Amino acid sequence: MIFLSYDSPYDPSKSFVVPWDLPPSWEHPFGTTSRGQDLFWWLTFAVRNSLYVGVVTAIISRVISILVGLTAGYRGGWIDRVLMAISDTFVVLPLLPILILLSFLLRESMNLLNLAIILGLFGWSFDARLIRSQVLSLRERSFTRTAVYSGTNSFWITIHEHLPFVLPIVFATTLNNLLWSMGMEVTLSVLGLSDLSTPTLGTALFWANQHGALVAGVWWWITAPALVTAVLFLGLYLLFTSINEYIDPRTRLRLIGG
Amino acid sequence: MRKFVLRYLIPRIIQYLTLIFVGITLTYIIPRLAPTNPVEAQVSMMIARGSSLDPDAIEAMRAALTELYGLSGSPVEQYFAFWSRLFRGDLGPSLGNFPTPVSEMIGQALPYTLRLLIPALIISWIFGNFFGALSSYYPENKALNVVEVLGQVVRSIPYYIVAIVLLVVFSYFIPIFPFSGAYPIGTRPDWSSLDFILTYLEHSVLPAATLILVGFGGWFVGMKSLTSNIISEDYVVYAEIVGLKKRNILVQYIMRTAMLPQLTALAMSLGTVFSGALIMEVVFGYPGVGSLAIRAVYSNDYSMIMGITIYSIIGVATAVFLIDLLYPLFDPRVRYQ
Repeated sequence: MIFLSYDSPYDPSKSFVVPWDLPPSWEHPFGTTSRGQDLFWWLTFAVRNSLYVGVVTAIISRVISILVGLTAGYRGGWIDRVLMAISDTFVVLPLLPILILLSFLLRESMNLLNLAIILGLFGWSFDARLIRSQVLSLRERSFTRTAVYSGTNSFWITIHEHLPFVLPIVFATTLNNLLWSMGMEVTLSVLGLSDLSTPTLGTALFWANQHGALVAGVWWWITAPALVTAVLFLGLYLLFTSINEYIDPRTRLRLIGG
Repeated sequence: MRKFVLRYLIPRIIQYLTLIFVGITLTYIIPRLAPTNPVEAQVSMMIARGSSLDPDAIEAMRAALTELYGLSGSPVEQYFAFWSRLFRGDLGPSLGNFPTPVSEMIGQALPYTLRLLIPALIISWIFGNFFGALSSYYPENKALNVVEVLGQVVRSIPYYIVAIVLLVVFSYFIPIFPFSGAYPIGTRPDWSSLDFILTYLEHSVLPAATLILVGFGGWFVGMKSLTSNIISEDYVVYAEIVGLKKRNILVQYIMRTAMLPQLTALAMSLGTVFSGALIMEVVFGYPGVGSLAIRAVYSNDYSMIMGITIYSIIGVATAVFLIDLLYPLFDPRVRYQ
């Protein structure tokens, strides 16, 4: 695990992004589907779109979680309690039924961007809690007190003094959130609840199911997207854990033999 | 005791009520923010199905549907009407299976989900925590390292994919397990016959295995990082110097401490786990709440989706609350306060 962590097999921004403008070649690395598509090239689009959903969701939920976390942590008191009660609620709520309800109602206007926005609005809670606990400990540090005594207003303190400390956590959780939202996208699409004309990892599986790929013996139609998803997620996950380990000074010390 | 009630019980109850309140309010607000009017959508669908209705009948239907969706009156009135219907347990009739009440259909499907979910949850929690602690206490052990890598792999991949992979491998390439359902198509559930129970169990192996595998990975990884912090605590080092048995240190000193945050994590993860179980049922065609939900989506059964959402929120909230109530049993600090 240790050497994997510094040498993650995937750079998610590059691996599949390069070839999508090339014309489909005469060979079909992943076979073709019953709908007459080359699975490999289709999946390159699918991966791109899935990543797009993930990134947009991550950005939206990051903004919310930073705002909520910083405010709750710094202000404390009843604001903190109310915000955390809400965020705990969001953590615990069974999201899937709610998302099914939502995407069912919005089915006509469902596109990737809307999906990402919705996911973003639901995916912030856990990380807000993390950021808050970090700020709580920062608040007791002497530099915060110095800033308060020297008359800096609280907004300035949070943005300039606390945000830099919080950012590493934000980066680490971004990838986690990316994984979560892409997983949700796969789930919703497989249930037929997203924009099915756009290729994503989820819609790939949806169409394969829809055509009864397994029953018809077209096993690669299901296997290929499933494998691509698995590899992509694993890669991102390893990247996430390695960044986490890198950020955490304790493990970094252990790795260099300290 | 009074302190316990004030400090521990009352905040939990408040949290429980907030959870239900926020959840239900969300399910109330969401459909009203949606650009489509469910009543009109339903009416136009019925017309499109080719029923030759005269305008009066359509008008009557529209009124009935408006009543059904609770769309009559001002928003505030609607909101209160919504709650009072909930308290009566009235979720309206299913639109796809008219006029069977939604609550009755969910009541039939729910046992299947619970019989799958609860054992899987408990098994994966116990085993995941146990082996997670073991593997961080014996970092040199090869077998445990293999388990850890597997756990990481399974944990990072979406539920759905794990389920599909297991399904393809174990009922397509190596057909040992049945393809879908909780019992063969055409048989009626008969809980008195042993044969039926056996086929039921056989059908449940794969779905349960998927749930357990994914859960196991998560608890394993979480427990490992927890215990690796505990191991360097002074009291553990001291116990080792004193020369206590390794097994005792592991069980009484390390696992016991790590159990508490893991219990909280269990409560926190219930919503996600429940969502995962729903997906699982769809993949395996298992006749629980998940399959019910997906059929409702295909048949535009709005009231059913609504009902399932409300049921899941209340169910998950209650389960979380119960775990919170169990917590003092494991944590003497809360108990003796």
